Amino acid sequence: MREITLSQAVNEALAEEMRRDERVFIIGEDVAEAGTPFKVLSGLVEEFGTGRVVDTPIAEPGFMGIAVGAAMTGTRPVVDLMFGDFIYLIMDQLCNQAAKTHYMSGGKLNVPLVLRTNLGATRRSAAQHSQSLHALVAHIPGLKVAMPSSAYEAKGLMKTAIRDDNPVVIFEDKLMYQDKAPVPEEEYLIPFGKANVKREGSDITLIATSSMVQVAEKAAEILAQDGIEAEVIDPRTIVPLDEETLLKSVRKTSRAIVIDEGHQSYGITGEIAARLNEKAFYHLDAPVLRMGAMDVPVPFSPALEDVTVPTPDGVAENARRLMSGEMIHAA
Amino acid sequence: MAKTKTNTEDYLRMYRQMVRIRTFEDNANQLYLSAKMPGLTHMYSGEEAVAVGICEALKFTDKITSTHRGHGHCVAKGAEFKEMFCELLGKEEGYCRGKGGSMHIADQSNGNLGANAIVGGSMGIATGSAFTAKMLGKDDVTVCFFGDGATAQGLMYEVMNMAALWNLPVIYACENNGYSEYTKTEEIAAGSITARAEAFGIEAHQVDGQDVLAVNALTQKLVERARKGEGPFFLELMTYRYHGHHVGDINREYYRSKDEEKDWKENRDPIIRFRTWLVSEGVATEDEIEAMNAEIKKDAEAAVDYALNAKYPDVSEVDMHVFTDIKHALA
Ligand SMILES: Cc1ncc(C[n+]2csc(CCOP(=O)(O)OP(=O)(O)O)c2C)c(N)n1
Ligand SMILES: [Mg+2]
Repeated sequence: MREITLSQAVNEALAEEMRRDERVFIIGEDVAEAGTPFKVLSGLVEEFGTGRVVDTPIAEPGFMGIAVGAAMTGTRPVVDLMFGDFIYLIMDQLCNQAAKTHYMSGGKLNVPLVLRTNLGATRRSAAQHSQSLHALVAHIPGLKVAMPSSAYEAKGLMKTAIRDDNPVVIFEDKLMYQDKAPVPEEEYLIPFGKANVKREGSDITLIATSSMVQVAEKAAEILAQDGIEAEVIDPRTIVPLDEETLLKSVRKTSRAIVIDEGHQSYGITGEIAARLNEKAFYHLDAPVLRMGAMDVPVPFSPALEDVTVPTPDGVAENARRLMSGEMIHAA
Repeated sequence: MAKTKTNTEDYLRMYRQMVRIRTFEDNANQLYLSAKMPGLTHMYSGEEAVAVGICEALKFTDKITSTHRGHGHCVAKGAEFKEMFCELLGKEEGYCRGKGGSMHIADQSNGNLGANAIVGGSMGIATGSAFTAKMLGKDDVTVCFFGDGATAQGLMYEVMNMAALWNLPVIYACENNGYSEYTKTEEIAAGSITARAEAFGIEAHQVDGQDVLAVNALTQKLVERARKGEGPFFLELMTYRYHGHHVGDINREYYRSKDEEKDWKENRDPIIRFRTWLVSEGVATEDEIEAMNAEIKKDAEAAVDYALNAKYPDVSEVDMHVFTDIKHALA
């Protein structure tokens, strides 16, 4: 199968959906000629014109609000938010407006909108350009949240998101834009709420999101050398969450570590760990561990930044300790 | 050019500060090109007369807020090369102990309240600083630096309204360099920028941002009046950035022509213009100016060398400074 970058995969998904449905349009800063700072959208304005690839001023709450209104009245916007960190600016439009409109209208109004943005530290971009803020929106009922872990997921999840009649937030890892993965030429969609078992194993379950899937896979390789067989699962969407697949795995392995790049406290890892504890308690031989980003703003200095995110060695180390019967907590 | 100061020392200091900014940026760019600097950085070259003309009209105790393009403001408000280069490289002796990097660089002891990586993010802070001055009966003035692109942010209009209602001693300094990222200002700003301030009853001026004496003369008058409670004021400074949006923005002809760049550099350079004036007015000889340039160059190179060899912060600093009263947030 051909291999393409995550960036190309997103670009293809958008182009295909825009060809399929003329109500789909892109709106955001420097999305047209510049194709975004990460060059993910290059070429789209040439095909679809500035009427459907709409450059905006630096006015995030404004264009987010316009997208919500446009979505409610017959179009299907894909909002481009240049950095996930800017999500704080659009919180009212996203969480008070988009997320609640269907519910507050008793099901009469829809907001079929996609917010595509990013997450991920270690780009040496300091505290306001490095955050992973998906837990913030996953907390709000009414928003679906997708977290692609490779080019393959990025394309399939984006296409599904665009066809979904709910507001969907997609977080791409900005360090993965140039990462290649096999992506079929033929059209495909990836359903929401369906986890992907990336690697099978019987000793411990590693549940990981976005780029942490790579971290978990590397940890699994390290563990395999010690004779520990780790199962690696990528939930793909955290809302909805495929509890079934996670529970099935944990009932088999009896141990789990949840790895995610959001801050560890009050985050995705805690939520997933709690569900496993509630629903698989009798199958567990050890507490479910959380491994998130350190609870500090992301520092600029490489000497500090690199220790704030989970690493394969860190995951493997915790897995070994769990296997040896230590009742540890990760924080 | 307008004449404002009669003091030779003041003129020479202004010249020196402009050259220091340019020299700092040339070295920073070199650090990027030679892959010695983590991350990206936004160059202030070309805009020196704005920061220097304004900051030379301020007292040490006056405050400023800065932007992602903040090295110039930092130097102009009195910072030293050594601590700045250390910050740029993420070293312990940097102004922010390596936690901030280029986008948050600031010598706080000189009244610089920080560089901000959120476009428009400092407008509330600057206005709040002016609020403090009024509330505590101090005569401090605050200057809020921001770009033309930031005029699209709603926050600006909320705080200008309050600043005008309450006569706060703040000067909004819009550095209009013709572009926000890869987009021309006329494509993102409807109507007139100064008229927006005037709509709130704020006195607004447009000034040639390449003429340090004109900027300085006007700012001196406005600062004086702001101290007496006649603020707020608004300045639109017409200027130009010589580099790309950031150091990595090399191929940029798709949004900005080489001829245009050449014209600004050759015909309107703020340093060349001021130097010519200094010589023709007999304030300095060509030899004296060359000697000053050489000395600044040497200073910068020494500071770069120092910073390259300086220590990174100890990894234990990663959870310091999260809170004021908890030394290590994760201990
Ligand atoms: C709220 C927010 N939106 C978008 C960005 C990305 N961004 C960084 S600088 C910039 C352009 C800013 O233009 P301007 O205000 O004119 O300043 P200049 O870079 O020209 O000095 C943009 C869009 C950001 N940092 N913050
Ligand atoms: Mg600008």
